[in-house]
Amino acid sequence: MSSTTTSTITAKAAQGFEPRIMAFVCNWCTYTGADLAGTSRLHMAHNVRIVRLPCTGRIDPLFIIKAFERGADGVIVSGCHPADCHYSVGNYHARRRFAIGRGLLKFFGIDERRLTFSWVSASEGKKWADVVNETTARIQGLGAFDAFRNLTEDWK
Amino acid sequence: MARIGVFVCHCGENIGRTVDCARVAQALGELPGVAHAADYKYMCSDPGQALVKQAIVEKKLDGVVVAACSPHMHEKTFRRTVSSAGLNPFLCEMANIREHCSWIHEDCEAATVKATDLARFMIEKVKHNVPLQPIRIPITRRALVIGAGISGIQAALDIADGGRDVVLVEKEPSIGGHMSQLSETFPTLDCSQCILTPRMVEVYQHPRIKLYSYSEVDAVEGYIGSFTVRIRRKARSVDESKCNGCGECQKVCPNRKIPSEFDVGLGKRSAIYVPFPQAVPNIPVIDRENCALYKGRARGAKKQACGRCAEACGRQAIDYDQQDSFVTEKVGAIIVATGYQLYSIGKQQEAENLKGYGEYGYGRIPDVIDGLQFERLASASGPTSGKILRPSDGKEPKTIAFLQCIGSRDPAKGMEYCSKICCMYVAKHTMLYHHKVHDGKAVVFYMDIRAAGKGYDEFARRAIEESHALYLRGRVSKMYREGDVIKVFGVDTLSGEPVVIDADMVVLATAMRPQPGIEALAQKLSISYDGHGFINEAHPKLRPVETNTAGVFVAGACQSPRDIPDSVAMASATASKVLGLFSAEELEREPLVAHIDPALCVGCFHCERVCAYGAIEHKEIRDKNDNLIKIVAEVNSGVCQGCGTCQATCPSKADELEGFTDQQIYAEINAF
Amino acid sequence: MKIGFFPGCSLHGTGKEYGESLQAITVPLGIELAEIRDWACCGATSAHATNHLLGIALPARTLAQAEEEKHGEVLAPCAACYSRLAAARDEIAHDPTLAQRVNGILGKPFANSVAVLNIVDLLVKMAPVIKQKTTHPLTGMKVASYYGCLLVRPPKVTNCAEFESPQVMEEVVRATGATPVEWPKKLDCCGGGFSLSRSASVVRLGREILENARSAGADVLLVACPMCQSNLDMRQQAMSRRSTKPFDMPILYITQLVGMALGCDSKSLGLGRHFVSTAPATKFMAAASTPAAHTNQPTATKEA
Repeated sequence: MSSTTTSTITAKAAQGFEPRIMAFVCNWCTYTGADLAGTSRLHMAHNVRIVRLPCTGRIDPLFIIKAFERGADGVIVSGCHPADCHYSVGNYHARRRFAIGRGLLKFFGIDERRLTFSWVSASEGKKWADVVNETTARIQGLGAFDAFRNLTEDWK
Repeated sequence: MARIGVFVCHCGENIGRTVDCARVAQALGELPGVAHAADYKYMCSDPGQALVKQAIVEKKLDGVVVAACSPHMHEKTFRRTVSSAGLNPFLCEMANIREHCSWIHEDCEAATVKATDLARFMIEKVKHNVPLQPIRIPITRRALVIGAGISGIQAALDIADGGRDVVLVEKEPSIGGHMSQLSETFPTLDCSQCILTPRMVEVYQHPRIKLYSYSEVDAVEGYIGSFTVRIRRKARSVDESKCNGCGECQKVCPNRKIPSEFDVGLGKRSAIYVPFPQAVPNIPVIDRENCALYKGRARGAKKQACGRCAEACGRQAIDYDQQDSFVTEKVGAIIVATGYQLYSIGKQQEAENLKGYGEYGYGRIPDVIDGLQFERLASASGPTSGKILRPSDGKEPKTIAFLQCIGSRDPAKGMEYCSKICCMYVAKHTMLYHHKVHDGKAVVFYMDIRAAGKGYDEFARRAIEESHALYLRGRVSKMYREGDVIKVFGVDTLSGEPVVIDADMVVLATAMRPQPGIEALAQKLSISYDGHGFINEAHPKLRPVETNTAGVFVAGACQSPRDIPDSVAMASATASKVLGLFSAEELEREPLVAHIDPALCVGCFHCERVCAYGAIEHKEIRDKNDNLIKIVAEVNSGVCQGCGTCQATCPSKADELEGFTDQQIYAEINAF
Repeated sequence: MKIGFFPGCSLHGTGKEYGESLQAITVPLGIELAEIRDWACCGATSAHATNHLLGIALPARTLAQAEEEKHGEVLAPCAACYSRLAAARDEIAHDPTLAQRVNGILGKPFANSVAVLNIVDLLVKMAPVIKQKTTHPLTGMKVASYYGCLLVRPPKVTNCAEFESPQVMEEVVRATGATPVEWPKKLDCCGGGFSLSRSASVVRLGREILENARSAGADVLLVACPMCQSNLDMRQQAMSRRSTKPFDMPILYITQLVGMALGCDSKSLGLGRHFVSTAPATKFMAAASTPAAHTNQPTATKEA
């Protein structure tokens, strides 16, 4: 992560808004890549919570909607690079679902920019840190996602 | 109410430095369903594990969350720990608060909050975990080896000597592969057939090896431990049980002018033939394309056009009406050892990206031959009985140009990879030539001399220093016949001068390519191959002889270009993998596979379409009167690899992946 | 079939018979050549040897003009023109910065959408038509196809599959009923633009080519480049001087060969414009002539 990004993040953090971001990642590439970022002691924004799945192919688009409903300000989906899927083709299915799922997001009134889709391999610890930092910075810029939360308040 | 135990590890200072572990444990302890929460300096240490076990027993825990390092590091450890305390291992989950938290954050407060969150997710998940039993698959302790070249022979012998039965399939009439065609082998110059033939005989006589020569794998079903293989036994037109290999049939065959495949077109054979005298099995086969009798039949002639071989056979072994037959074999593991072919230099190329080397005149100029043809010329059992004589007029060539890297390392016209063996065998050829034609001059055009290996560089130096081969670093642009010689136009890049060699013969060291048809075989076995058709290994460094399909292994030159020592080493490695697999009667594997609820399944089979492993099967649901109600999908848990793509695809939510069920994941999300 | 046409300078000069014979065969083959308005020099040799950008911009100007005239393809019969046009097209396609600069120089929009054809590309496509329309099959004529350097190389520009051993001209030769001979020097250099500055080298190179073609049994040598033609034709006498025996090798343009097979008369094919007599070639045409074969009866007069 570049030092400029770090300083932007710190600056934003100083303004007080700390987004909550959920990451759905595959076990073999991105989870291991995130492990590598850890072993390499790559410091990054602390706003991301990882949910480990066997493969991005396992991701139901409703997971993403649900995460937003439960108060996430942003969501990251990350798996193996195309052609590198541990399960041969799971990430291709994820990619297709994602292409269609974007429309679903819009339908739900969720800004597409709140969702990051990336390929991070097991050797790309640095890239994972970048994805985390960039997403965090972007969501900080977008502000809190409170459309659903407000709705829940109304219902109360 | 659940009774979850939470164990927060300090990992010495690794976690404890940034995460306030005691506070995490305290906060988690107050959550509903958490019956026990503790922190400890090293949870993975013996005393740490003892704490876990003790708590499971004393607090009657029904779920465990260890907040420590990555599950890739210690999930197995802690699952074993809870298992030894009597709890099902799959009721234990890990929260990664080291790699994903303490190591990547500096802010203690934020890290502590995050660690608590991560552990909380897992607590909610583990509430929905169910006890799972490992899947046990019975193993058929018999191996199939496809291809009986040196790799296949080695693998088959190693497994058979290890006490397990082997089915060995070879598509050619004889086993032995390319090694049987070679004259001498580098770097020791020992005779190829002298070291190979005893092995071939051993295979034939081994009580544990069942050999199907002149046969091909037709279909493969099943999975590790339990494959069913259908083998096509091509019609030899000779009854193997009756033939005693006397050879009388070959003597009377009228068509004796057929270019011999074994001699790469330099020698001739009859229509009924054994490929070479030491063939195993020593049983002839009729080449129906060239046999007068079959040609007569194809024309629709009323009279039998020939039949001399049947007349000559004292044992009535010739069967002109023999058909292809099929046998089915059950095996537990498969080794692919189909070997290589040489790059086709002529104009005919089977792949679109390959261009060929028309400028070298191969096929037009008879004295331009390839490396394997030179092997036959140099072989004592070859068409010239080991004399180096050129094909056009049988004269002894006084100058031979050897061209390396034909088709290799040439992305413009051939393959970009290095074929690895050519530098060595060209060095060998120059030596053999020098030994046989003392006043002969060998000129080698090379790009680099790649002679890495035990005794290899010394060998290549000997070719230059003792056999006086002239090595020119450069390539040849074209050559043509002028009178009695072949004009070879090349360049010596070290001096920067163009050179023209008047050669009597030219040998092209052509690239190694996988055997034709490898793609079809790979698809039958569900294993992957690269853009050139070479079989992909599961991991290039750590799993070099396994494929991405469990129970299928790969040996020899069908994985990448390799020489005999490498092939043999690889074959032995596959054999040890197979013997290791066969050391147990049952195969145990993690039960993290998909299940389909037949009550919910509507039989749309979307799951079948997305499954990369063919694990989805069709199951009929019938009422008690045996009327068909519906056909539903069922997961073959022996084949399922647990990616979960089917579950995300299932429109009726009938599909659940154990360990990552919707309930478990939504529990994690809800904990957010 | 209508196609953009870039004659270049040589078809009006040293290669006049190339242009004539091309025009002659367009009628029976049903090709309409639409000459690009206000075409410029392709920049061969001098422009690209002195200034790379000029060497690209000059042919690009012609291509842009062709694009404006809505041509999908442009035929450049001269091998040097073809090479320059194709190279410019390729470089612009692969270098966005260069494309921008060239666009700036041209001062008009240019999408680089025009494909560049050489004569062999065109004729090999038309080979079935040639075969069908052949009235005077050149049976027995042995033809050595000479590609020279620019027709097939560099392969990334020409997209020639077999750039070390091409067979496309041979295919056209077969369509005319003549027999192609296989010979090794078909890609060698004729000396090209050094014809005047280093004529001794040109004579030596040409002699080797002719000797090789002769020993392969060729009756004629077939070219598709005015430079090759002029070198081998004009200097053939000089080349004979040090040869074992004098040469008598007609250097025919591929269009002339096709024209002969199609029954065009030798005047329209410019067969009289050669330095070396074309009689060894035209005798095959005479042998093939049948009274009712074609309206354009060959005169069979030796004009050389």
